[in-house]
Amino acid sequence: MRVLDLSLLLGDAQADRVVPPTGFTAQLTLFTSAAMSFLAVFALALSLATGRVAETWSEALARASTIRISAPEGQLDAQTRAVEQVLATTPGIASFRVIPDAEQAQLLEPWLGPGLPLDDLPLPRLIEVIEDARGFAPDGLRLRLAAEAPGAVLDDHTRWRRPLVEAAEGLRWLGLLSLALIGGAMAGMITLAAQAALAANRQIIEVLRLVGARDVYIAGAFTRRFTHRAGLGALLGAGLGLVAIALLPGNDSAGSFLTGLGFQGVGWITPAFIPPVAAAVAFLATRSAALRMLGRLS
Amino acid sequence: MIELDNVGYSYGRGGALLSDITLRLAPGSFHFLTGPSGAGKTTLLKLCYLELHPTVGRVHLYGVDGTRMTRDDVARTRQSIGVVHQDCRFLDHLSVAENIALPLTVSSRPVPGQDLHDLLHWVGLRNQAGQLPPELSGGERQRAALARAVMTDPQIIIADEPTGNIDWEMSLKLLGLLVELNRMGKTVMIATHDLALIRAAKSQVATRVLRIQAGRLTLAGADL
Ligand SMILES: Nc1ncnc2c1ncn2[C@@H]1O[C@H](COP(=O)(O)OP(=O)(O)OP(=O)(O)O)[C@@H](O)[C@H]1O
Ligand SMILES: [Mg+2]
Repeated sequence: MRVLDLSLLLGDAQADRVVPPTGFTAQLTLFTSAAMSFLAVFALALSLATGRVAETWSEALARASTIRISAPEGQLDAQTRAVEQVLATTPGIASFRVIPDAEQAQLLEPWLGPGLPLDDLPLPRLIEVIEDARGFAPDGLRLRLAAEAPGAVLDDHTRWRRPLVEAAEGLRWLGLLSLALIGGAMAGMITLAAQAALAANRQIIEVLRLVGARDVYIAGAFTRRFTHRAGLGALLGAGLGLVAIALLPGNDSAGSFLTGLGFQGVGWITPAFIPPVAAAVAFLATRSAALRMLGRLS
Repeated sequence: MIELDNVGYSYGRGGALLSDITLRLAPGSFHFLTGPSGAGKTTLLKLCYLELHPTVGRVHLYGVDGTRMTRDDVARTRQSIGVVHQDCRFLDHLSVAENIALPLTVSSRPVPGQDLHDLLHWVGLRNQAGQLPPELSGGERQRAALARAVMTDPQIIIADEPTGNIDWEMSLKLLGLLVELNRMGKTVMIATHDLALIRAAKSQVATRVLRIQAGRLTLAGADL
């Protein structure tokens, strides 16, 4: 199969004239391809963005842990010092710091509301631990903490992080699955449009047969046309999809999780692959539909 | 050039339309095929240019067994036999000239402008070259079909009722073109039930007249 046939791209003017233009199937193919490519841009953005999120969470968050110390008023400072000593002698820890009460109050404000009488609440003390490249063994640290400071609990984030990473990974696969489904649906619709065009041009096909046209020639006349249209539609659809994504609020304007849905850096180039892929899908779908139909017409 | 050996044919499950037909078309020969309407003239011609495959027997074309040909082989063969169909079908969205050049176009061969011009001149359609086929008269359609049939310079010309619905004068003109082709060495076979046309041809070239009757092929007597 000569997929890279130059005449496929440039078009054989004579060959394209032997089949009369078919308005309806042409518009249908153009629209289908544009709509599917528009959706494909979002599916692509979704899977790239969730892939990025999963990576960030599993990398950056893995390096930060928290130690929570709950102890009666009198023992809190002593236990804090004990924990600090343990941390200072634990390998794999880059730095740690006690989160001041004021900062802690700030962290809690969005949840509990402002003007909270924090002094009346028995708040635990929090120590943020940043591990270095090697990392520390959480189980060993837990044992030592239990011996030195019974009120200290190590929360290494894996417990709540894992489901988030899994969800992000799941979303990424959903995005890729959507891309495959979009491609499949497009192949299906273009096959139907091509079959309609072939059926509508049955008389033409018979005349072409009578003057000695081979199946590949007849199929080629249809295939080129559908490939062009699908490529053009995909160009429009992918272009509109890119514009729509560019118009989404950016990371900076609203600091929410959803704004991560977009392209970053070289990611902006990936939608450029949509039109060639759409054209290839149309080429294969039309060609197989045409050759199958011509085989039956013998 | 074309050989049929004990060929039989039936459409679908119906009885045999043609049976036990043996025929040899020698190079440069001129044949007429006649018989009542519905006798199977068109069917026999279709067997000759491989549009139909015989239910019994074998058809050899240029020495090759038709049943062994692939679809592409058959397509190629169509270019070495010029056929004027009974209903002369054209692509109605292309001009007469483009239709005549179609056999070259579909095999991705260049169309020599001079040849096309000469051909249009030969069949007397120079002024109709740019028209669309539905705008042609019956006689003009027949001549356009003949021009298309000879575009690839085939060795065999098959014409199915070429004078079907045209007047006598035009019929003679068309016959003249076919006789001219035969004098150039082409093998010609014409299906017709116009006996006057056969007599007119006999005065110009040596012809053999075949008759189909009740599914059998016979050589017509000298009375024609
Ligand atoms: N595709 C077909 N399917 C079934 N029967 C057919 C088909 N084509 C032709 N026939 C039948 O076969 C018979 C012979 O048809 P054919 O066209 O060969 O006759 P013909 O001799 O060319 O007639 P005419 O002089 O009217 O052109 C007819 O009875 C016709 O009804
Ligand atoms: Mg007939």
